[in-house]
Amino acid sequence: MAAALLRRLGQTLFVLFGISVLVFLVFFATPGADPTARIAGKNASPETMAKVRHEYGFDRPLPVQYATMMKKLFITRDLASYVDRGELVVPEIIEAAPVTLSLATGGAVIWVLASVTMGTLAAAFRGTWIDRGLMIAGLIGISIPVFWLGQVANLITQARYHDSWLFSWVPGLGYVPFTESPVGWFKVLIIPWIVLAVLFIGIYGRVLRADLVAVSGEDFMRTARAKGLSPARVLLRHGLRTSMITFVSLFGLDFAQLIGGGALLTEVVFGLQGVGRLTYQALSNLDLPLIMASVMYSAVFVVLANAVVDVIYVFLDPRVRDGR
Amino acid sequence: METQTAASAPSPSRASVPGPWRMAGRSLTANRSAMTALAALMLVTFACLLAPFYAGDVARTDPFTSNVAGSFMLGGQEVDIMQPNDNPLHLGLSPVGPTWNPSAYMLGADSQGRDVAARLLYGGRNSLLISFSAALVCIAIATVVGVSAGFFGGFVDTALSRLMDIMWAVPVYLFAISLSIVTISQGLKIGPFTIESDNLLIPIFIIALVYVPYAARPIRGRVMALRNAEFVMAARSLGVPQHRILLRDIVPNVSTTLVVLTPLLTALALLAESALSFLSIGVQAPAASWGTIIQDGEGLIYTRPMVAIAPGLAIVIVVLALNILGDGLRDALDVRETSRRGA
Repeated sequence: MAAALLRRLGQTLFVLFGISVLVFLVFFATPGADPTARIAGKNASPETMAKVRHEYGFDRPLPVQYATMMKKLFITRDLASYVDRGELVVPEIIEAAPVTLSLATGGAVIWVLASVTMGTLAAAFRGTWIDRGLMIAGLIGISIPVFWLGQVANLITQARYHDSWLFSWVPGLGYVPFTESPVGWFKVLIIPWIVLAVLFIGIYGRVLRADLVAVSGEDFMRTARAKGLSPARVLLRHGLRTSMITFVSLFGLDFAQLIGGGALLTEVVFGLQGVGRLTYQALSNLDLPLIMASVMYSAVFVVLANAVVDVIYVFLDPRVRDGR
Repeated sequence: METQTAASAPSPSRASVPGPWRMAGRSLTANRSAMTALAALMLVTFACLLAPFYAGDVARTDPFTSNVAGSFMLGGQEVDIMQPNDNPLHLGLSPVGPTWNPSAYMLGADSQGRDVAARLLYGGRNSLLISFSAALVCIAIATVVGVSAGFFGGFVDTALSRLMDIMWAVPVYLFAISLSIVTISQGLKIGPFTIESDNLLIPIFIIALVYVPYAARPIRGRVMALRNAEFVMAARSLGVPQHRILLRDIVPNVSTTLVVLTPLLTALALLAESALSFLSIGVQAPAASWGTIIQDGEGLIYTRPMVAIAPGLAIVIVVLALNILGDGLRDALDVRETSRRGA
């Protein structure tokens, strides 16, 4: 087991290094334009350009530039935005992180509950109209662009039916910190959570149903049925528990991706000032340092989260734990 | 009971035994939902191809120039494109809403007074073109990566798989956003070639690139399974050269995986394209795509929701049809390795 953990650690370090190089190359070595101009923003003065060139070492070889950039991002954390009057970008991102975390966590709770229910029901009623209906609903969920669904949700809850009893409780767009008002936090986030969850409910519900159906042909399921257990017990205690292995490993990946940037579109549509919306604003005024920092931090977060999931997995799965 | 000796048994000829592709085709045509999806896709594509005809001869508008001061004829009356707001609380003007009349702003106008229906068709051309091309480019790259990794194994496999791991770890949309912002701001110069920032090749290649790991993984898995299959072993022990095994035994057997991946990747690419265009780093103004029209409609969502709803519905219909078609193809071709999951 120690060997498996060590190997995973080595792999993680390697991927972290690889990602930092990849992101660096995307931003600074894409052929075509001077990275100085990109960092300094539109219509920068020659003095700013010279300052940027010196600060980032653009007059020196690429490896030196890479090292400078990593130092500014992770060690001194003094990467500053030139478009936004020298605002330090790393603290800005850390400040926005709780919003993204709130959004992704709540969405994940809804998506896990709903997709487990959906997948199990569909497998239990396999071949009936309930199964077909749920699977088509899931497929529709997968096919809806999240930013559009968010707009339609806004249209319904903020305007068209806002005055009806159903949606009169929906507050205006924006974020309320949990520490300020837990109820306000919940009210503001519940609709974004649902909108964010729709896609994943579709994916996970379908994956879980397929797994449950595949598992139902296994020997241990037949044994359970032969023992005379009720069909519900067979499905839930024996089938679902086995199928959850795939579910959980997929969940780890997607949840990390969501916090690392997948929630951007939802944040933009609902005006939630998280890391994604910060990145979006940086897009509109071409604030490259901020975009790069948020991409880099997100990618690092995703890699670390995946490593943690894998380690938990090593402890949970007896086949891996006892060495293959 | 019919018993035949080996000598009298008819030798299997091409005409009597349908090949695997024909069998798959039969099973697909028998799948009613897949056929409906295919029909819907063809209908949408055909409608979008007719965009110039619709704009020029039916609606008689130019969907690419601002027309806020204009007016049009509806039922013999002249109607201003920009009208006083229906909502007494809002001052200012709103674009005209849907008239449901194909020759006069059927779906209303956007905030620049352009015909939404005509833009929807033109936008569909771009959206469909980008997503389909991106899927093809992606599959081409992924085939090279997946087949070399799976077939050669060893160092090639390790290097390529690690590279895919790295690309996979960057959230897909963030990766696409990074590539877009860098190229959209100033275009791309590769050697003597300059690609302007409004060239559709930019979103096509960006979307293709970010989904390569997604497609390369199942291809690699399939090739690795094939490499140890008995018929490949047999070929190898007969002394068939490597390149011949690769071209004659491996690649034809991977092709089913590629066929199943095509609609699924096109669906993903369409969603990615619309998201990038919605963030204004995909298709550049004044050109349209379904994503840019949704963005145009964002500011009008409470007053003229149709501007955003129509392109969104178009995306949902096309992506849904592609997913259904992909599922149908998977069942018909019996490809088990190509599931929707990313990892």
